[in-house]
Amino acid sequence: MSNSQLTEGIVPGRLDPESYCTNFADHAPPLGAQEARIAADRCYFCHDAPCMEACPTSIDVPLFIRQISTGTPEAAARTIFEQNILGGMCARVCPTETLCEGACVRMDAEGEPVEIGALQRYATDTLMARQNHPFARASRTGKSVAVIGAGPAGLACAHRLAMKGHEVTIYDARAKPGGLNEYGIASYKAPGGFAQAEVAWLAQIGGITFVENWQLGRAGDGALSDLMADHDAVFLGVGLSGVNALRLDGEDKEGIRPATEFIAELRQASDLAKLPIGRDVVVIGGGMTAVDAAVQAKLLGALNVSLVYRRSRAEMPASTVEQEHALTHGVTIIENAAPIAIHGNGAVREIEFAYTRKGAEGLEMTDTGFRLKADQVFKAIGQTLGDTPPQVEVAGGKIKVDGAGRTSAERVWAGGDCTHAGEDLTVTAVAQGRDAAEDIHNFLMEG
Amino acid sequence: MADLRSEFIGIKSPNPFWLASAPPTDKEYNVRRAFEAGWGGVVWKTLGSEGPPVVNVNGPRYGAIYGADRRLLGLNNIELITDRPLQTNLREIKAVKRDYPDRALIVSLMVPCDEESWKAILPLVEETGADGVELNFGCPHGMAERGMGSAVGQVPEYIEMVTRWCKQYTRMPVIVKLTPNITDIRRPAEAAKRGGADAVSLINTINSITSVDLDDFAPEPTIDGKGTHGGYCGPAVKPIALNMVAEIARSSETAGLPISGIGGVTTWRDAAEFMALGAGNVQVCTAAMTYGFKVVQEMISGLSDYMDRKGFASTSDLVGRAVPNVTDWQYLNLNYVTKAEINQDDCIKCGRCYAACEDTSHQAIAMSEDRVFTVKDEECVACNLCIDVCPVDCITMRKLDKGEVDPRTGRTVGDYANWTTHPNNPSANAAE
Repeated sequence: MSNSQLTEGIVPGRLDPESYCTNFADHAPPLGAQEARIAADRCYFCHDAPCMEACPTSIDVPLFIRQISTGTPEAAARTIFEQNILGGMCARVCPTETLCEGACVRMDAEGEPVEIGALQRYATDTLMARQNHPFARASRTGKSVAVIGAGPAGLACAHRLAMKGHEVTIYDARAKPGGLNEYGIASYKAPGGFAQAEVAWLAQIGGITFVENWQLGRAGDGALSDLMADHDAVFLGVGLSGVNALRLDGEDKEGIRPATEFIAELRQASDLAKLPIGRDVVVIGGGMTAVDAAVQAKLLGALNVSLVYRRSRAEMPASTVEQEHALTHGVTIIENAAPIAIHGNGAVREIEFAYTRKGAEGLEMTDTGFRLKADQVFKAIGQTLGDTPPQVEVAGGKIKVDGAGRTSAERVWAGGDCTHAGEDLTVTAVAQGRDAAEDIHNFLMEG
Repeated sequence: MADLRSEFIGIKSPNPFWLASAPPTDKEYNVRRAFEAGWGGVVWKTLGSEGPPVVNVNGPRYGAIYGADRRLLGLNNIELITDRPLQTNLREIKAVKRDYPDRALIVSLMVPCDEESWKAILPLVEETGADGVELNFGCPHGMAERGMGSAVGQVPEYIEMVTRWCKQYTRMPVIVKLTPNITDIRRPAEAAKRGGADAVSLINTINSITSVDLDDFAPEPTIDGKGTHGGYCGPAVKPIALNMVAEIARSSETAGLPISGIGGVTTWRDAAEFMALGAGNVQVCTAAMTYGFKVVQEMISGLSDYMDRKGFASTSDLVGRAVPNVTDWQYLNLNYVTKAEINQDDCIKCGRCYAACEDTSHQAIAMSEDRVFTVKDEECVACNLCIDVCPVDCITMRKLDKGEVDPRTGRTVGDYANWTTHPNNPSANAAE
């Protein structure tokens, strides 16, 4: 078999073997000690720092950078982990350009922020490389908490609860813990098995039991009421397991699938050369999932990759940096166009789009459009909440929670993408998991 | 291009930038490179008496402190005077002077504190054709333990005595280099003047320990587990040097005594500041040791541009221009009232002014919910700390005009009045 970028259809091995290694290597290699020192020197140690305000987990950025600049990166890492136990992953995946770095006063001064994300990675990598967990577990409380979902929210919640002396069991539907860290982000953002290494490191706190391949409400696994009987509290960090449909005829044609599925498959692939990819790939959507799918399709050797979004580039949920990342990797971004028809016999052959415009009632289709050749189509137009326990109130397609993460059900908390609160980001999920843990702890200790 | 030619105590040089007596001027090879790079003059590294040369340590001899991005701010050294044979140095001095007749070439000297030693060495230097001598009464380490260097410079009577010998035994101009490791720099300067010195140069290096090795618990630079104090120099010492230069320039006892300014000169601006405070020229070492001899080219172009802007025809138009404005605290105008003003367009909202004022000063800066920082005139004492800590220089001082009311004190700004007439001063003169 000798496929190339020109081979028609969805086929593996479009590139020479070395290209896969190069293409999927760490896309933002870690700073060396010298680079970190210079980068740290640029921090102004602002008062009530805007970067800290902009961080959903409120990491004390000026303090940790000052700790790096004085040659104590492990102290810096502790400052980070106190607020965000997944500070290592967040350093890799956070859209820092819209969070801490976007708020950096150096943006005002000269348009180049302090490299906060890279410095956070430098500090957390340094401490994690030593494998010594920086926190000690409090004496046992005898209380037990079930955490559903081993993604960022669940892991953050579990760690904080375990640290406070509670026994935690994390149930997850997948084979490995990590949630989107393991299955949902671009491979080159966290290469080298970082997601699993981070979970193992985090679990060193003790008191956390992992149960894999366990789905809430599935026959043989358990219902919320079962967990309520066995545990003193329950945290739901179940994420969004469904995906939005295009709602077009022919959506079931061969070659059309959710981008999340493709990303998960790619992350779990042991040999990327065996992973099939289309020659002409179309990604529909404008978020980070769309960008991750488009860029990785290109890196796997797709000849043409188009990312089509129904609104303007300025309105894309993916940041400018993400968009530029896609463009520099050869992805074509087409804005203001929505799919209106799928063509092909059995397998998809073309997608037909109409240009959109803003009308009085929202987005309208125009009469003008175009067709894109497509042997593979990835849908990335949003994810939806899967089945939830009946006891828990859902509003607007998300689990309803109060500021402390309490759901409508007694002794049940929730956090992360499955709730309506905050942006659907890893760092937001961590903050919500952590804060819910604090509230659960207070609740348990009052009782 | 302004005329930078300089004549200092009769010694001509194409510009007022000399290399100070130090490692960069220890031998012919370096000095030729310095002259090729454009330095106006060189003070050859200190020669000692004939006989076996001094020896240096064979481990590290420099220590440093740094600013952001590892910018070297201060350097200390435990190196001694030249460790090469006297005759070698003299031969090289002669050769260099012959090839660069337009450059100033001064020879630094340090011999034991007896008349014979000085009488012996001066003719040898004179024979090289050098333009003058500089007496090293400053080195604070090593040689001082042997009764030389700062051991002489700390005793005004010795300075006067040795200077007098030198003036007696040579026709060359004599510059006396002063140590800052004393309580009042005017006393050694006065002694030099009494001894007949043509000029003083200052400052030599400051006694210092730059850092401590926190694993070996020894001062740095560390030699086999031990360290000793060294001489501190570089940008960090400039404020100390400027003050000492000004003290000599404005003292009635030493007024008019030519000064060669030394201490942290790194840019043209530093040089211009020394000269404005009375230095006829400047000597540089650390900047060259940090960046190489080429730095002189920025000093030349910068000083030239500045002089053109100011319309100065020669460096003498600049020398001493700020001296009349150096005064004692008691004569400062207490009716000069200013208030800090933050330029909101330039402010990047880092909040450092707020932290500094709120935590350590007068709580005179307000911070709004959306991070707008404004000065509270009713609290601002105009201390300048906000300006000093601002990373983007967006704060200025506005002077209150006469007749305006200072919202802090409620008093109307009046005419000049200083402490000597202030009612709170127990020994105040009767106010007008």
